[in-house]
Amino acid sequence: MRYLEGPLTLSYDAGRCTGCGMCARVCPHAVFAMTDGRAIVADRGACMECGACARNCEADAISVRAGVGCAAGILAGILAGTGPTCGGSGSSCCGGD
Amino acid sequence: MTVIESGRERLAFPWTDGVVSTAAGDVPRVRAALSARDRLGTMRARWGIGRMNYQVAPGLYAVGTPDGRSPVLVSANYKMSFDVLRGVLPGRDAWILVLDTRGINVWCAAGKGTFGTDEIVRRVKEVGLELIVSHRTLVVPQLGAPGVSAPDVRKRSGFRVEYGPVRAQDLPAFLDAGMKASPDMRQVRFGARDRAVLIPVELMNGGKFALLAAAVFLLLGGLGPHGYSTAGVRAAGLPSGALILAAFLWSAVLGPLLLPWLPGRAFAVKGAVLGAVLAAGLVPVLRSMPAQALSPIHVAGWVLIIPAVASFLVMGFTGSSTYTSLSGVLQEMRYALPVQIAAGAIGVGLWVVGLFVGGGTAS
Repeated sequence: MRYLEGPLTLSYDAGRCTGCGMCARVCPHAVFAMTDGRAIVADRGACMECGACARNCEADAISVRAGVGCAAGILAGILAGTGPTCGGSGSSCCGGD
Repeated sequence: MTVIESGRERLAFPWTDGVVSTAAGDVPRVRAALSARDRLGTMRARWGIGRMNYQVAPGLYAVGTPDGRSPVLVSANYKMSFDVLRGVLPGRDAWILVLDTRGINVWCAAGKGTFGTDEIVRRVKEVGLELIVSHRTLVVPQLGAPGVSAPDVRKRSGFRVEYGPVRAQDLPAFLDAGMKASPDMRQVRFGARDRAVLIPVELMNGGKFALLAAAVFLLLGGLGPHGYSTAGVRAAGLPSGALILAAFLWSAVLGPLLLPWLPGRAFAVKGAVLGAVLAAGLVPVLRSMPAQALSPIHVAGWVLIIPAVASFLVMGFTGSSTYTSLSGVLQEMRYALPVQIAAGAIGVGLWVVGLFVGGGTAS
């Protein structure tokens, strides 16, 4: 299953990579892969902007606007005048496992 | 000492069966096997019953008879997350470090940051973990990574974060392989079963709004050129309320189930197509009904309302899916929401007009 790829905000500066492999390990959609001791973006379009890679990159080589792709949360944020917020009580995304 | 205090308090739970003594005090031991009561709790949570208060007290727990070399597995204090974890550990010795995520699962709590670096560092210190284990490794579920900075945890606590597999079921294999995950263990899936288990909560969350909307249509159905009549409620209100409920059930069940096969990438498009199929299927049924019940104007109204409702509902399923991005959802909402509102409003407008000019109820 693929989602909208155009608006994705993931960017990666290969020059900063130290080859620790953390981004490839934490990404749940195999966006990053390791080749020759360096990370490459293998499948940018699969990114869901969870932010795990950027948060775990010690070299600050990755940036992404992290957030939850949840229409209910975005709508709740608009109505409350805040940014997108995930999960008030009753939001279905915060009950799965 | 707070550890012992909270340890005693935590012993009150039926899924504990004693304590393990450590240099930092007694640690409650949990049963690795899930009881019928645990399974019932999971089932209730799946239906959204008491889901927001289905919690485990944060702190350290023992599985089996762990010692200083046993792995430390980090979890959230949502009881379902905790149960899934301990359920895969029969016959093993391990420590479970439960973070305070306010009863929210690992993935969602990581998105909010409650399953995060600060809470790990605080909890490691609070339970005196460095006194209990001789190694300095924490196994953190990979889905917690959006909230956790492994480099920062190491700097601030001395513990190295090793990201475990996405699914707890793979944890034994991960541990046996010397904390190595295969590429498959690192990927989230969204298979038919993963989607199906989300249907009950979709039904429970949306159900009250659907019932409310159905009731409004039922009551407004009594309006007509000759004022308000219960005959109108029966003739136009009843089928209209039923149509709203049908559109809701259709979308909440088939949306998740048929997701991969519905055309389009945007969930709003998938939903609109799903709704259009229902509307197309219903048109002959509606047209066969007595004209005073549902006039052609009514039928036109439903052809707009049903896809609009389905589109909105399936768009809402982005929050439960495991592959949608914030940027993508923002983009589809920008286009879809105005269309959904317009189609819904015009549809309801036609429906109301239909009550007055479409034949009405000659009571």
